Amino acid sequence: MDFLVDSVMKVVKPNGLITAFVIVGVLTWISYSASKYLTKGRIHGSAIAIVIGLVLAYVGGEVTGGKKGIADVTFFSGIGLMGGAMLRDFCIIATAYGIKLEELKKAGLAGVLALVIGVFLSFVVGGVVAWGFGYRDAVSLTTIGGGVATFIVGPVTGAALGASSEVIALSVAAGVVKSIAVMILTPLLAKPFGLTTPAAAAVYGGLMGTTSGTAAGLAATNPKLVPYGAMTATFYTGFGCLVGPSICFVIVKAIVG
Amino acid sequence: MVIYGLMIMGLCAIVGNTLGEMLGKLMGISANVGGVGFAMLFLVLVTRRLLEKDQLSKLAQSGILFWNAMYIPVVIAMAAQQNVVAALKGGWIAVVGGLAAVFVGFMLIRPLTALADNSLPLDDEETA
Repeated sequence: MDFLVDSVMKVVKPNGLITAFVIVGVLTWISYSASKYLTKGRIHGSAIAIVIGLVLAYVGGEVTGGKKGIADVTFFSGIGLMGGAMLRDFCIIATAYGIKLEELKKAGLAGVLALVIGVFLSFVVGGVVAWGFGYRDAVSLTTIGGGVATFIVGPVTGAALGASSEVIALSVAAGVVKSIAVMILTPLLAKPFGLTTPAAAAVYGGLMGTTSGTAAGLAATNPKLVPYGAMTATFYTGFGCLVGPSICFVIVKAIVG
Repeated sequence: MVIYGLMIMGLCAIVGNTLGEMLGKLMGISANVGGVGFAMLFLVLVTRRLLEKDQLSKLAQSGILFWNAMYIPVVIAMAAQQNVVAALKGGWIAVVGGLAAVFVGFMLIRPLTALADNSLPLDDEETA
């Protein structure tokens, strides 16, 4: 048995990406079969696959104590490359092929407005929730607000303002919760909340902002909407990092003193 | 050639992300501002131009379409490496904050979309 395991691992280790193709392929096959036979197509196969992925990520994190989910387990390390920022962004760019410029123009103003409202709204929601949990200083409130924007805006804002490492960690956690919530909830909430058109997808991307969340959420809802949502979401984190430690902090400070 | 499709897309990615980095630096923040978005826009404009001139071969297109189709599998792999443990260990403040932002965001989709001109639903046939 050891002989077999050793031999397999010797092949798998330097072939991580190829192993990842096989693993994700099997996962996709199981998920799409489950979608077809267990839910009669009511729940999209990719939505099931993403949820299984998140469960695997939880298991990986618990087992290894690492930060990269199942990718921290040696056998699954190729998942890290396959689902990492490089290929993710490359694939998002590829989805733009076939985008309808007319649709994008229609969504233009609404998308930009959604982006601005979305970022400020996150700071408001995050700040209010943090206040509710007993935080009173402007630095912590703004940092947690930034985390509610995305898990990048939080630490960038916190670092700029000199927040405590505990608050920065909290802001990252809030951002990750949001991103995961967007992945899981989007396919369920899309229809009732009118997320059916390219313009709505652009608005949604601006409001949610998390690139990974919107990427997965739209994939599980309607892959054709992906480029419109991704387009606005990609400006969100940058804009959040810009206004977080500046305008938002000044406003929060003016309110709480 | 398939590689031409990848070359075009790679070029758009590099130019777009460089632009995003420069924009970030000019604003004095340590983040890429819209790099991927610019890259997407470039890809749309460049491929449209090439298609009009009939200079984008079927093979070159298939190089782009392959990654287009790989999108969902890559997103599944991405989900599998999220720091889910940290999200759950962050406590109630992280959970409440993250969820509240998502719900409030969803409520605003309809009113904000109303500002856009009549956008029509796309048919949601299987692409993956």
